[in-house]
Order: sequence, then C-alpha cells, then structure tokens
Amino acid sequence: MRSGRLGAPWSAAIPWAPWKRDGGPLTVGLETIFGNSVVTTKIDDVLNWARKNSLFPMPFGTACCAIEFMGLVSAEFDLSRFGAEVVRFSPRQSDLLMVMGTISYKQAPILRRIYDQMPEPKWVLCMGVCACSGGFYDNYCTVQGIDDIIPVDIYVAGCPPRPEGLMDAIMKLQAEKVAKMSVLRTRGPEAPAAVAPLASDGGAVTARPTHESPGP
Amino acid sequence: MNDTLQRLSERFTDQLLETSEAHGDPAAVLRREALLPAIDFLRAEGYTVLEDLAAVDYLTYPLPQPGRLAVMYQLHDIERRRRVRLKVHVSPPDVHLPTISNRWNIADWLEREAWDQFGIVFDGHPNLKRILNHHEFVGHPLRKDYPIKTRQPLSENDSLVDEMALRLRTNGVLLPRHDREILAAATPFSDHGEPAPPGNVSFGARGGASAATLEAVEKLTAGGAVLSEPEFYTDLHTDLMFLNIGPSHPATHGALRTFVALDGETIVAAVGEIGYLHRGFEKTTETQCYNGVIPYTDRLNYVSAILNNFAYCKAVERLLGVETTPRCKAIRVIIGELSRIIDHLVCVGTNLVDIGALTNYWYTFNVRERVYDIFDKLTGARLTNSYGRIGGLARDFYPGCTEDILKVLVDIERSISEVETLVKQNRIFLDRVQDVCSVDARTALSYGWTGPILRASGVAYDVRKAYPYDGYDQYDWDVPVGSVGDTYDRIFVRMYEMVQSVKIIRQAIKTLPGGPVNVADKNVCLPSKDDTYNNIEGLMNHFKLIFEGVKVPPGEIYDCSEAANGELGFYVVADGSGRPYRNRCRPPSFMAFAGYPEMIEGYMIADAIATLGSINIIAGELDR
Repeated sequence: MRSGRLGAPWSAAIPWAPWKRDGGPLTVGLETIFGNSVVTTKIDDVLNWARKNSLFPMPFGTACCAIEFMGLVSAEFDLSRFGAEVVRFSPRQSDLLMVMGTISYKQAPILRRIYDQMPEPKWVLCMGVCACSGGFYDNYCTVQGIDDIIPVDIYVAGCPPRPEGLMDAIMKLQAEKVAKMSVLRTRGPEAPAAVAPLASDGGAVTARPTHESPGP
Repeated sequence: MNDTLQRLSERFTDQLLETSEAHGDPAAVLRREALLPAIDFLRAEGYTVLEDLAAVDYLTYPLPQPGRLAVMYQLHDIERRRRVRLKVHVSPPDVHLPTISNRWNIADWLEREAWDQFGIVFDGHPNLKRILNHHEFVGHPLRKDYPIKTRQPLSENDSLVDEMALRLRTNGVLLPRHDREILAAATPFSDHGEPAPPGNVSFGARGGASAATLEAVEKLTAGGAVLSEPEFYTDLHTDLMFLNIGPSHPATHGALRTFVALDGETIVAAVGEIGYLHRGFEKTTETQCYNGVIPYTDRLNYVSAILNNFAYCKAVERLLGVETTPRCKAIRVIIGELSRIIDHLVCVGTNLVDIGALTNYWYTFNVRERVYDIFDKLTGARLTNSYGRIGGLARDFYPGCTEDILKVLVDIERSISEVETLVKQNRIFLDRVQDVCSVDARTALSYGWTGPILRASGVAYDVRKAYPYDGYDQYDWDVPVGSVGDTYDRIFVRMYEMVQSVKIIRQAIKTLPGGPVNVADKNVCLPSKDDTYNNIEGLMNHFKLIFEGVKVPPGEIYDCSEAANGELGFYVVADGSGRPYRNRCRPPSFMAFAGYPEMIEGYMIADAIATLGSINIIAGELDR
C-alpha cells in the first residue's frame, strides 16, 4: 500500500508534492532508499485504520433492539463486511459498547460497571429510543436515556432501528470518531482525557442530542 | 349458574360476597377467612393449576368495592377445561393475606410480585421480597397513589445471599437423603401444617461436600438469621463456589441473573433474579387508551410481537362483547402462526448457538428475514408490528400477500428440515440435551408452565385446542408432546410445532374468507378514511375514538391465547372509560423462569446454558 492512499487529505494539501510535478513513481522519505519494500505514513493513520476495521463490539442487548442486532450479524445484513463483526461478550476484550434496549434503574449499575471495565480507547453506540431517551417508557422504572450514566458517541433512532440504521451508525462512528483518534491524546500531563469524567452537565464529550441522531 | 360457583356458594354461604359469570368468565369474591378453605376446596374439585395471581388497587374505581386492594387467584382445571377466579379484598393498613406458596411453586414469585407492586403482605411466605423493582425501591408503584414518574435510582445490585442461604437450606445441600427430608419439612413452606408438595423438593441436589461446609451452612442459616454479604462468605468455610451467571452474559438473552452455588462444576443451589427489564408495562398502559396499549404489547414478547397484539385484542374484544369478522379471524390465524414460526426459529437457532452449533443460526435467520419482508410490506415494521386493533386489524392483506406467504412456507419447511438434519443424528448435540434438566409434568404444572415447555413434559395442553378461538378448531392439526421433558424434548416440540403451524397456515389460506376485516361498529373501529375526510360525523367519530379511546363498560375479564411461549393471559379491569383501569399481563416466561433455578440444580453449568435457551425466556415478557 502506498502512503498516498492512507494520507490522502495530507497529500492533497501539499501543492509542491514532487511526484505530482514529474509524474514518476512515488518516492519520498525512506522509500527513496528502500523502494517499495517500505511504506511511510503517520502512526495515527495506521492505528486508526486498524482500529476502524477491527472494532470488537460488546453487545449489551437487553430488549427488542438486540433481536435486530441478531439480524444485523446474520447472513442477510452481515456486519462483518464493515469490520465490526467479532462480538466479545467480555467488556475487557471489546472497544465498542453497543447498548441495545431499555435500561431500567435495576440495570443501570451493571451498565456502568461494564463500561468501566472496558479498556481505552472505547466508544459507546446507543441503539433505539429506549436507550437514547427512555422512549415511550416514561415511568417509574426506566432510565430516561443512558447518557445519564455513561457517555455516548453515537445515537441510533428507531423502535427498534432497522439493521440498515445500525449499520449506518457503525460506519459513521468509524469514519467520524474512530478514524480521528490520535496517539498524542494519552501522552503528557495536559492531554485531554479520552472521556470526560461523569459530571452533572452530562459529561459525554461527543454526545449529541438525540434529535440529531442518524436514523434510518 | 356455573357448576363450580354453585358448589362454592353452597359450601361457603356466609363468606361468599359476590359471584359473577359475565363474559363466560366465572369469578367469586370471598371474605379473607375463606380464602384458604376455598382454594383447598377447589383444588380437590380438580382446579389443580394456579394460572395467575395478581392484585388490583380500587382506589379510584367508580363502583363501590368491599376493600381498596384486591388479590385475584385465577385457578384452572386443566383436565376438564374450566376456570374460576377467586377474589379477596383487603384495605390498608391491614393488608395481610395467607400465603399459598406451600400449595403451588409459582405462588412464591407471584406473591412476591403482588407485594412488590401493591404492598400486599402474604403471611407465611418464605422470602417475601421485591422481585421486579430493585431492593432499594420505596413504595409500591402499581398503587394508584404512586405517581408514575417518581423514579428511584439504584446504587448497588442485590447480592442475593439471603435467597441463596434459604435455597441451600431448602435443598438440604450436602446432607444425606433422610436428613434432607427432615430439613425440607422444617422449612417455612410447611407453616400451615401441610406437608410441602413433592414438587418443591423434587430435584434435590446431587452434590457432595465436606462436613465442615455442612455445619457452616447449618449454623448460618439456622433460625432464618439475616447475614450481611461479607459475613456470609467469610464465615462459610466452604468448598462451594458462588457464581453469578448474568445479567450480562451471552446466553441470558437480555437480562436474567442466576446466582449459583457450585460444587466443582455441578450446581448445588441456584436462585434466579429478574426485573432487569422491568419497564412498567402494567402501570404505563393504564395511562393509554385501549388501542394505545397495542404498541406496548408488541414489546412484551418482541420476537413474536403480533401474537401479543392479538392476545390483548382478543381479551378486550371479549370484555366488549365484540365478535370479529371471519376474515379477521383467518388473517389472525395466518399471521399469528407465521409469528409463532419465527419465534420458534429464533429460539431454536439461538439455543443451538448457545451449545455451539452456529450453522443452524444462519439457516433459521435467513428464512426469518424472508418472513420479515412480508411483515414489513404488510405492517410497515419488521419487528414491532402493532398489527392488531380492537375489533379487527390495522389493515387488510396487500395484493399478493397470500402468494408471498405460500412461497415463504416452502423456505420455512426447507429450513426446518435442514436444521433437523444437522442436529437430529448429531451425537454431540444429543449428549448435550438428552436427559438434561428433565421436568416431570407435576412439577411443570405446579410452576404454572404452559406452552411448548409444558408439552415437552407430556401435557398436551394448548389453548388453541382447549379453548379454541379465531376458528382454530376448523383446521386439522396436532399438538406435539414430549415424553421426558428434557432439553431435547423442549427443542423438538418447537420444531414440530413449526411444522404444524405451516399446516394451519396452508389450510387457512385455502379457506380465507372475503369481506371486511374490521367489525362494523362505530364505537369500536375507526371509520373509513372516506368518511373521516368527507363528512363531519365520520371526522368526529374518528376524533373521539382516537382521543378518548374505545369505551369499555365496567367489568373485568381474564382471557388468554396461545402465544409462542405459552399461555399469554390478560386480566383487564375496565371502569367504563377509554383506558384500562388495570391491565395485568400473565406472561408465560415468568412461570418458566421461576422453575429454572430448580431445574438446573444437580446439573452442570453447560447444561444450565443449554436449558436456558430451551425454555426461551424473553425478558420483555418476563419482566414487563
């Protein structure tokens, strides 16, 4: 693979790129010495490329939405085409928490514990209106949106969302969140935390209101 | 007068306050003192199954009642096919009733639910604690004076050690058999001077452990001592290992928790905890008009949503005295049986995944997607269809629907035979499921089991045969039953039921009548769009039905249908308005999971996982 493919936005931004002028093969940096046996790129690009295409979802399916998730991973929709199919039921082995279904107050401490058990970097996908906002269960036992408990990266509307909606959310998450990670974020004392601590103001760094969710 | 009510009134002349036979649903209101004698009398008469036990709060009910809170006991004579309901009223602060958990196994959990939701105290109950709400919850949410939006967060989950201590003691874990019998006799189950029914101790434990452990368990659980969690573990110098299976576990299908005591890999005691998906179905539906409840019923057993719609509609229709049209009945049979098939496909497919046979999952889910395509075209939704309406259906078949269904039936048959071929002769599969967690018919009935899991234990009870509705008696079909009641039987009863469902659908399509799908009653069904848009009467009719709901006259009914997991019952109390005053759902999964801890005792963890799949617990229905 040539570095130009991984760093496409970067290369496009440099008008004096030598390979553009003479039209010859791409040779910059170490490649001028080692030829095609090496690839030069940015560490972030490589890591993000790998992360993006090997998400390990932890399906926290409690209700109806989990059935649509089962549809998504079965042959018809086949999530494995998008590099997120190896589900891990152990939070310690996964990086994408998929909350699918109603979260009751009885369930809430468990959800929080599972989130805390997942190693960094991690993302949270919130599937269906119950998990997003409580849905039409506006009553004594249902949590009115899981962003009261854990930060959420992406919301999917629907009751339940169709598998296409969930697929779209996963692809958006890959493109907008996972592909934009940086190794620098965990270095140095001033580095921002991957996820802000839970605060009364909601706490979720990247959470958006549910009405902006990418529905099907 | 109904024969049973006649005999009841002869026997309990003074204590019988009222009898009713409205809608062919016999019920008797009794004084509290007469409850236990009446239940024992009816048991001797043949009413050997406790179908349901639920409470009602009559605080805001327009008609006068003998007391604020009522508890209803729905009894069923499964052989003679008759039902009767007993009701007892109590008023706060004296909300005590005698327990019947020593008579039926299922009464234990049902009474816990009545305590949790309504605050009714059952004297003599072995462990009256909350079941659906969490242990830090204060108050009783289904009482009419509990505001529906008063939310109570939970800080930490229940450790369940109290239940485990009781269970270890009840099981007489680690004791020789004769000592175990003495222990069983000494448990709170026999407080009313009646020996515990054999069902309560039928499985026993196969484990064995050191005498020191035995002493420790004895010491810790003697006299019903309440222990804190650290005390329980540190003082119990034990070689038992305690393990939580769930609530977040790939095989717990949502949200179930089983807390087990292990001796090696053998489960010697197990307790189940539910309520993780309790989302207030019963309270929330009291705020919706009758048709507005239908989307909530979708999410009970969300794997076969349409069957729940129809079961609920049928109960309300019976309360209204409405007879649906022949075409509506036939369509309900066709689409209901399709739903049953996809439910069983998911159950069998995921059960086989749980025991390692992944291929079957693809076979079952591929055809399920084909059925979804039909539902999608017919109802606009894949999973939560909301297809039923009171007095009819949301819409008629689209053109070409029956051809699509006939086509998919061929796929279904192929898929069933493929799965059958893969597993039926498979030695590994057979070793995993045969003679594993068998349940005898008596225990199954004591737990109130219905549906495929009861039929696997050899009881040919199917609501569609016993109390035919929607014209099920016109079709030629059989009820598959098992012989042993093990996991194998439970899986294969479902497989053969799918074959029968295909048979029913073919007959129903062949004889599908024409005509309207909705009853021609302006008080029940919406007017046609033509009327709604073009004349004021139609518009007003539409408006009133949508905003005020179908007006159901005061009364109550218990009505049930055969859903995919068994008898799905609705106990609806109407107060004359457009909203149900009380909408109790009798979920078959609740009964199934109540029996699960006892089933798995004495077996290995791997057996427990295979068994959990075979009883097909759907959390939405279990916890409501």
